[in-house]
Amino acid sequence: MALNAPLVFLDPTDESRPAARTAIDRPASLDGLRIGLLDINKARGNVFLDRVEQLLTGQGLAVARYAKPTFTRPMPPDLRREITAHCDVVIEALAD
Amino acid sequence: MPPEDGLVVVVKQDCPTCRLVEPVLAALPGLTVWSQDDPGFPAGVGAVGDDRALDVSVGLDIETVPTLIRFAGGREAERTVGWSRAAWRELTGIDDLGADLPEHRPGCGSRTLDPDVADELLVRRAGHTLAARRIEVSALEDEAEAMFDRGLTDGLPVVTPTPVRVLRMLAGTSHPADEVVAVVPPNLVEVTVEKVAVNAVMAGCRPEYLPVVLAAVAAACSETFNAHGVLATMWNAGPAILVNGPVAAEIGMNAKGNVLGQGNRANSTIGRALQLVIRNVGGGRPGGVDRATFGNPGKVGLCFAEDEAGSPWEPLSVSRGFAPGSSTVTVFAAEGPVGILEQISRTPESITRSLASTLRVVGHPKTALFFDATLLIGPEHARIYADAGWDRARLTAALDEALLLDRADVERGARGIEDGMLPGPERRLPKFRPGGLLVAHAGADAGQISTILGGWVGGPAGSSPTTLEVDPWR
Repeated sequence: MALNAPLVFLDPTDESRPAARTAIDRPASLDGLRIGLLDINKARGNVFLDRVEQLLTGQGLAVARYAKPTFTRPMPPDLRREITAHCDVVIEALAD
Repeated sequence: MPPEDGLVVVVKQDCPTCRLVEPVLAALPGLTVWSQDDPGFPAGVGAVGDDRALDVSVGLDIETVPTLIRFAGGREAERTVGWSRAAWRELTGIDDLGADLPEHRPGCGSRTLDPDVADELLVRRAGHTLAARRIEVSALEDEAEAMFDRGLTDGLPVVTPTPVRVLRMLAGTSHPADEVVAVVPPNLVEVTVEKVAVNAVMAGCRPEYLPVVLAAVAAACSETFNAHGVLATMWNAGPAILVNGPVAAEIGMNAKGNVLGQGNRANSTIGRALQLVIRNVGGGRPGGVDRATFGNPGKVGLCFAEDEAGSPWEPLSVSRGFAPGSSTVTVFAAEGPVGILEQISRTPESITRSLASTLRVVGHPKTALFFDATLLIGPEHARIYADAGWDRARLTAALDEALLLDRADVERGARGIEDGMLPGPERRLPKFRPGGLLVAHAGADAGQISTILGGWVGGPAGSSPTTLEVDPWR
């Protein structure tokens, strides 16, 4: 190899740029928005969400509850679609 | 292009035998000459073909110079290598050819076999089969630094995956480079044999390890192993690979002293290759989807073999339903090793209770039916079972019995510890789910020590140990 020849190596990655994802704008108010509460099914996540639900319904807001079957695996695509279709904002409870 | 009918010779000036036959070549009518190193050589034969690029030599599969070939009807009819007066006379049909030359002189190695040239020829011949994007690093850049800078390593230096190294790695399997091996979490990306080979080169693997790496990638990316969960958990565990069968000895794996430690190339690099695939292809990185609170040093890569020769029991793979003599990988979730020092027990009953008492602490001493674990029984401990005639089934039953936890002892609040199991009807709870405790034989012959690799959430809601055969990936 010539002294100044560039070194060529093979890309070990999947060669895809990560899709750019941006958070939606924070709503100024929750009035009239469809609110989802998502429990990832980890211990005591329900304690947090029960309290959030209580606070939101106390303000006259309606909430829908969702739960992943298990925290150890990614969310089933059907559940993701259902939440996307029925909610404007989602509050997700991690736990421990 | 070779002639339809006639003689072809391939020579190099650097070869004494080629120089010896120079006058003979001048005497052969209609001879086509190709020179591997000096188009001015040989003299007196008219035009000499310039094969410094070696395309003709590769095409004619030349291993020795001089090689004299006779073509008839567009096909090779016969060839002779080196100088043999009798052979050259027979091949050319000229009875007095080379009368002044010695009877025989061996030839020299073809330039196509020079190590530096062989690499270049390999890339020229097969480089087009590689689909991965080429990344160019300036000659002024340090290649090791360039790999770090691009985020491609696990924090240790890697071997730069040049095309020639990847092609050599791919020679370790008969599978085509573009075959899809698995879909790698967390980004659910299809990984090809080629991409696995690229990462295996980086990890430091030799080509003969590749079938083991491919089987491990396929096993780790299975639904049952759930690599996404093992990666994403805050728990310490990462994927570990246990190798069974003849492949372990073939590639020089360690199943004996320091079996979980450093010092053996196959052990150290195969597990690392799997982790680099998850990092680079799957996109699973610490601080990204890898949310480990502590992790463990084995997450650089953990791979080892079972000591089958010295084991009183059938191999782990056989206990999991695979044929004796088959080579397998079993991928399972593992955190750092915890040793069990037990130097007094001389009966299987006593040592079983000893092992079980340490196994109880996996995850937390007050959890049951939650985490899996792997128990590696050392040869000195295994001998106690062997002497007593305990087979694997008896050992498993005794461990199960010794691992029943009294609920009263592990309920929340018991022993002054708030954490623990919720109240329930069963008086006793098994520490591990059925199949949640793997038992294998490994370690040095000296040392009354066994070792536990704690796992992670076991079963369909977490990760299950997953075994696949290696031979289909050869």
